[in-house]
Amino acid sequence: MIRFTKVTKRYPGTNDALSEVSFHMAPGEMAFLTGHSGAGKSTLLKLIALLEHATRGQVIINGQNLAKVPRRRIPYVRRDIGIIFQDHRLLYDRTVFDNVALPLIIEGFPEREIGRRVRAALDKVDLLRREKAYPVTLSGGEQQRVGIARAIVTKPPLLLADEPTGNLDPELSAEIMALFEQFNGVGVTVLVASHDLDLISRMGRRMLTLKDGRLVGDTGAGAAA
Amino acid sequence: MNQEANDRLLLRERARPADSRLATRLRTWLLRHAQVFFGSLGRLARTPVSTLMTAAVIGIALALPTGLHLLLQNLQQLSGGWEGAAQISLFLREDTSEGEAEALLAQIRKLPEVAGAEYISREAALAEFQRLSGFGEALAALDENPLPAVIVVSPGLLHASPAATEALLGRLRALPAVDLAQLDMQWIQRLYAIMAIVERTVAVLGLLLALGVILVVGNTIRLAIQNRRDEIVIIKLIGGTDAFIRRPFLYSGFWYGLLGGILGLVLVGAAVIALDGPITELAGLYQSSFSLQGPDAATVGLLLGGGILLGLAGSWLAVGRHLRAIEPR
Repeated sequence: MIRFTKVTKRYPGTNDALSEVSFHMAPGEMAFLTGHSGAGKSTLLKLIALLEHATRGQVIINGQNLAKVPRRRIPYVRRDIGIIFQDHRLLYDRTVFDNVALPLIIEGFPEREIGRRVRAALDKVDLLRREKAYPVTLSGGEQQRVGIARAIVTKPPLLLADEPTGNLDPELSAEIMALFEQFNGVGVTVLVASHDLDLISRMGRRMLTLKDGRLVGDTGAGAAA
Repeated sequence: MNQEANDRLLLRERARPADSRLATRLRTWLLRHAQVFFGSLGRLARTPVSTLMTAAVIGIALALPTGLHLLLQNLQQLSGGWEGAAQISLFLREDTSEGEAEALLAQIRKLPEVAGAEYISREAALAEFQRLSGFGEALAALDENPLPAVIVVSPGLLHASPAATEALLGRLRALPAVDLAQLDMQWIQRLYAIMAIVERTVAVLGLLLALGVILVVGNTIRLAIQNRRDEIVIIKLIGGTDAFIRRPFLYSGFWYGLLGGILGLVLVGAAVIALDGPITELAGLYQSSFSLQGPDAATVGLLLGGGILLGLAGSWLAVGRHLRAIEPR
């Protein structure tokens, strides 16, 4: 599902944000990406979501070499990736329902299907009763869950999360992680960037550790307890 | 909703809209377009003052060439009414008999380019000349009438242009009984030359103002794009295509153009109403029943359609230039 081959990303005028990173995640795998801030976690996720292009090396997602994806095909690649952002990235002039419905509208789902799926996704993150609310009236944790609902509503084959539990209390964090595991259980590949080592180690999943742009640790596939 | 049904829906194999029936997809597509179409109007309605200001700029820019075009149309209509003055005088040969002249008159009247023709016999010409010239005494001294018979030909409305009149003149001049054919076209030619200049001015002005409309709409849409930058980034992040992102802005351009066109029409209409009274009065002083004509259906269509097209062009320009620059980071 995700294959990095000697991937280097260099921003002009800085050291390498990522250097010579190689790893492979099989379809249906779940892994955590850890490291201090600035270690390159966000850069790695950005490469997968086509927000950045690798300076050197090869990134293959879902069998597609991202370097060869033409600009106009990028939206279609992104539709297969549900992304959960640290800063939520919600539309603040639209209701919770409309925010979660957006990926379905973009893909052209019929109206009836949209209603059912959005409510199912909101129910999953326990926000069904807030569907008519605007994001500003929600707490940080609730906004984060709206973002998660939006990422899972199309059931994409790959789920990326950048510090998804950053603003949540431990109990809620565990719930969110359980949600990711549930999706992983039905075949969704899940990659979660987090520095919440406590939580991650309790999950007993594969762990990729970045340090100064290098992959310094990989507990390897099948490390799940 | 019960948990199990939810899970089944969310966790089952990924349903794709492409799997649904064509009719469903088409209906969804139309629904989305209608939503964005009216949604963009709603968005404009939420900022009525700035929307009206933009529409007013477009309206004024469209009203100016439209007004001049209307003026030209009226002028053309008016000059059509003067066609009686563009007469061709055919001086007949001295040896033409009364009967031959009558036959010729009938022949000329049948010509499609001719609106009317009148025969003035030598005697009638003499009488008129005596009456008008004041040379009555001198003429009476002549033992012979020196004046030829004349047929006065009025070209038809559709053939009042200088070229057509010239062609008619050539044909009439070739008639065997005609000694001399005369046409004083100078004033018509001058009028048409002036109208050609006005027409060209309207075209140039129209072109410049159309460009102005495109730039105004383009700038307005550019600001709208800047204001919705975050939204565009998010939509790009979750897989929105350029077409999807472009859509509301193009529809905004459409609405700006349409609103501008309507405002332009209102301005032109108001100008016509304001000018109609004084012009009718002036025409009355010239014993003319001329009154100012408002824009016809073609002009209205051109104004509204042109406004919409310019609005779309402006937004297309802005969208093409600025959407690409907004990429998620």
